[in-house]
Order: sequence, then C-alpha cells, then structure tokens
Amino acid sequence: MCVLEHSAGVRVDGGGWVLKNRGMANPAIEIEELTKEYPYGFLHLKKRLTLEGLTLQVENGEVFGFLGPNGAGKSTTIKCLMRLIFPTKGTARILGKSIEDVSMHQTIGYLPEQPYFYDYLTAAEVLDYFARFHGLTAIDRKQRVQKMLKKVGLDSAKKIQLRKYSKGMLQRVGLAQAILHDPQVVVLDEPMSGLDPLGRREVRDIILELKREGRTVLFSTHILSDAEMLCDRVGVIVGGKLRGVGAPGELVGIESQGIEILFELGTRGERPALLARATQTGERYRVQLKEQELYPALDELKFAGARILSVTQIKATLEEFFMELVEVDRAQASAVEVHGK
Amino acid sequence: MKNVLIVATNTFREAVRDRVLYNLVFFALLMMVAAILVGQISIDIEKSVIISLGLTAISVIGLFIAVFIGVGLVSKEMDKRTLYALLAKPLERWEFLLGKYCGLLMTLSVNTAAMALGLYAALWTVKHPLAGADAYVLVAVYLILLKLALIVALAMLFSCFTTPFLAILFTAGIYVAGVFAADLRQLKVVKLEAATVKMLRVISYVLPNFENFNVMGAVAHGRPVPGLLVWNATLYAILYGAIVLAIASAVFSRRNLK
Repeated sequence: MCVLEHSAGVRVDGGGWVLKNRGMANPAIEIEELTKEYPYGFLHLKKRLTLEGLTLQVENGEVFGFLGPNGAGKSTTIKCLMRLIFPTKGTARILGKSIEDVSMHQTIGYLPEQPYFYDYLTAAEVLDYFARFHGLTAIDRKQRVQKMLKKVGLDSAKKIQLRKYSKGMLQRVGLAQAILHDPQVVVLDEPMSGLDPLGRREVRDIILELKREGRTVLFSTHILSDAEMLCDRVGVIVGGKLRGVGAPGELVGIESQGIEILFELGTRGERPALLARATQTGERYRVQLKEQELYPALDELKFAGARILSVTQIKATLEEFFMELVEVDRAQASAVEVHGK
Repeated sequence: MKNVLIVATNTFREAVRDRVLYNLVFFALLMMVAAILVGQISIDIEKSVIISLGLTAISVIGLFIAVFIGVGLVSKEMDKRTLYALLAKPLERWEFLLGKYCGLLMTLSVNTAAMALGLYAALWTVKHPLAGADAYVLVAVYLILLKLALIVALAMLFSCFTTPFLAILFTAGIYVAGVFAADLRQLKVVKLEAATVKMLRVISYVLPNFENFNVMGAVAHGRPVPGLLVWNATLYAILYGAIVLAIASAVFSRRNLK
C-alpha cells in the first residue's frame, strides 16, 4: 500500500487504515483479500487485475461509502459480493454468511449500476415479481409494493410499462426493489446516477432513513459531496486497491488549514493593510490567513470600519484527498511504465 | 421448485406480451388457404395433404421460436442486465435457467396446442366427420413438442457460453446434423478407415437423433404410431434434455456477468 502525505499534513497509510479496520465487534460485511483477474487476449492467456487483495469490514448499522474513479474496482467488488462475478481469490461474508450461500440474499438488497428491468412489465408488476422470491404472501406483496412505489415517488406511474420510463425512473424502481423486502444490508451501486437534484435528495433521504432504522448501507459513488454528507465511513479504492478507510473527517484530517475572512470596506473608505493580501470580487474582499492571525486581522478590519461578512475555517475536502490519491496512482502507473520501457 | 415456477410464469408472460403468439395468425391463415385450395384440387388425398402441411408448419414455426427465443432466453437477460437484480434475490442460477426453460416450454405448448386445433379445424373443413385414425395427428404434434423441447435445451446451452449469433448457428447446425444422425449410424462407406467409421458412429450417438420424433409420413397416410415408439421418444427427450440442461447449468453457474 502506498504512503501519502496529504494536504492537511496527516500521513495516511492505506495498509495501516485497513488493519485498523479489521477486528470489528459486529461487522455486517467482511471482505478478505478479494482479488479479481480477468483473462483477455485471443487465447485468454493474459490477465488483467481489476481488484487486488481488498480487505474491508463494514460495521452493522453504518452507512459506508465506497469511493473511487471510474474503473477503480467499486462495481467489481460489489458484483463479487452479489455473486454476479466470481473472485479469483479471497472470500467475503455478509451477516456471517458466505457470499456463496444463496440464502444470504434473503436479508440483503441490491441496486445494480444503471439498472434495467423487464420493460414489458409495469413498476408494480416488476416489484411484485421480485417480492415473490422472498416468499411474501399476496396481501403482503401488494401492501409492500404500494408502500415502496409511494416511497420512491412512482405511485402515479405504477401502471405504465417500464419501456416508457426515463433513466431516473428506472433508478427509482431499482431502489424500490432493493429495499422492498426489509433487508438488513443494502448494497447500492451508484444510487445517485441518472437522477435529477430532487431525485438525489430523495435517495439521500432514503439512505438516511435506512440508517435510522438500523440497517447497514454500502454504496458506491464518485460524487464526493454525497459521501461526505451521508457516510459514517468511506473507503477509497483506486486502481483496484483500497487506499484508505475511515470517517470522511479522519481521512481528510481534522486540522484546520487556515481561516478565510470575507469583508466589504466601510463607508469611511479607509483601506486596511490587509487589503494587500486580499482578492477582490465586486465590492467584496476575501483574505486567507493563518489561525493565529485571525484576531489581529479582525481588529484591523474593525478599526478601518470594514463590514465582516463571514469568517470560515479552511479544511481539506474529501475531494482533495480523493484527487490526491488518483494523482499518486497515475504517477505510480506512469513510473512503472517508464521503468518497464 | 417454487422459484422455477416464478421465473417460468414470468417468461411465459414475456412471450405473450412480446407478441410471440402472433405467429398463430400466420398459421391460421395458412390453414384456411390450404383448406380452400386442397378442397378444390385434391382427389381423395385432401386429408394427407392437410396433415402434412399442418404438421410441417407446426414444426417449422415451433423450430423458429425454439431457436431464436431459446437463444435469447439467457443472452437477452445478460445483454440488458435484467439478470443483475434478479440474481441478487435468493435464487440459484440453475433455478433461473430451468425457470426460463420451462417458461418457453409453456409458450411452445400453448402455441403448438393452438396450432393443432387449427389443423383439426382445417381437417374438418375438407373432410368431415373426422375418423378415429385422425387422433394420431395429436401423437405427431406431441412428438414435435418433444423435439422442440430438446432444441430449446440446446439453444440455452449454447447461449450460456457464446454470442447469440453463434448460438443460433450452433443450434441450427446441431438440428440439421441431428436429423441425419440415424443415417450417419448406418453409413456404409468402404473407402473410409475403420477408425473414422467408428468415430462417425460415436458422433451419431452423441448427436440428438431428431428422426426419433418424426412420424409425419405415417400419420399423414393414416397409419398408426406404435405406443413403444412414443414411450421411447419421450424417455429419450427427457434424458437427453436433462443432460443438456445439466451441462448448461454447470456452465452458467460459473459464468461472470460483466
């Protein structure tokens, strides 16, 4: 695992985090050394490694975000958990049951990436079809289907065949079928994909509701603001390797990187010395300072009669952390390439 | 088996909603035209012409449905990724496969039964009342259905490990070879090496022998079909079909969905 010096000045060792992640008291999902190789070439003799020794635990009742750029291995991991593809090496358990055990699926829900369903069925029919595999009675199925359609905002479109649905509406059907049977663990592959801002908010609300109900949610995304907003912990995967696991705040570091003051000049027109370091946007000035400079700066602005609009602490975002990992991965990949030549 | 039934029912519903049964309109038209024409031109062979034409049409239409829809049963689900959400339910892959197979078999049974009714209607039109020997038409239809069941199993097997286009080619190829399997068994070629002849014989036994299900000639001429033949053909279809489906299931169970 690579060692990174990130912007907040905290050393993050991917391997270290993974080790710290082990040994949870009550894990809902346990992944051990999961590796996936895809053969390619004419005789399938060459192998492409898409997932490399992934070890991860997700605690019962937590919302876990699985982050990474496109092609990083997020969907591969999830598909291995759902036994849609088979790992080359490694094992995984969900709620203590091996992923090989089909009965495990009684207690888990899954939303595939860009889901697609039988387009000759209506939303109500497709949900009823999926509910049958969970052994629900006809009355129970009818009630739950109705409840789910309301929950994902498809109640008015329930009698329309799915071939007439938009991408966003299909995503909602996918979400409904994933939580239809009250699963203990919900795995969502890019749940916000294809949704408008309103739809994204609704999905966020559903995820938070699942958390309140004590369910475990694992979801993959490359929309970092969603992860920061929803997740108890996140795991960052780049190039098939897990590069960091922890609470979003832990990953980006809790140390402040400084203070930003937004202000306007007063009516007296006095120009404080701070103006030399400030950037102007219209009537407003923005200046970034070290934390110890805050109070003298505020005094100076007050003395000059300036109007202080906001004082904000500057912190590294998950996005910066994420981008740094991707950059390091790219640099390593090109270094290997150059070395290989 | 509950899961198999759920998948099968949905597969049947899919066939109905995708208008697969519309072929019945074509068959009905064909039988109507045949009944009118045959009534005018035939001299005492109306029945055998209608029976031959009707059974051939049932076989060919069934063959098209079995090959094209049979291949699409699994490959369409993989291409459209409808399988992803489904396999994340408590459903074994073999249950899915068997359900799809049974669903298409249900469709073929309804389709074939409707066509058989049409054939009897045409028969009644050209010559009524119907004779007792005409009941053998039903036996011929049953054997066609057995043949189609085997073809669906083969189509599913090929679609589990190759592209839909190749699966169609392989299934059609095996069908043609299977029609001549019996001839291959009795081949007497002096110029071939003994080992080659032996190998051809082995191949002829491995290939599905579709001639086992062909009683069209006998039925068209009002000859009875022996019960033993029907019994043997049924056993053969069940055994061969079970082996093909077991192989398909083994292949599909380890298949990575991309």
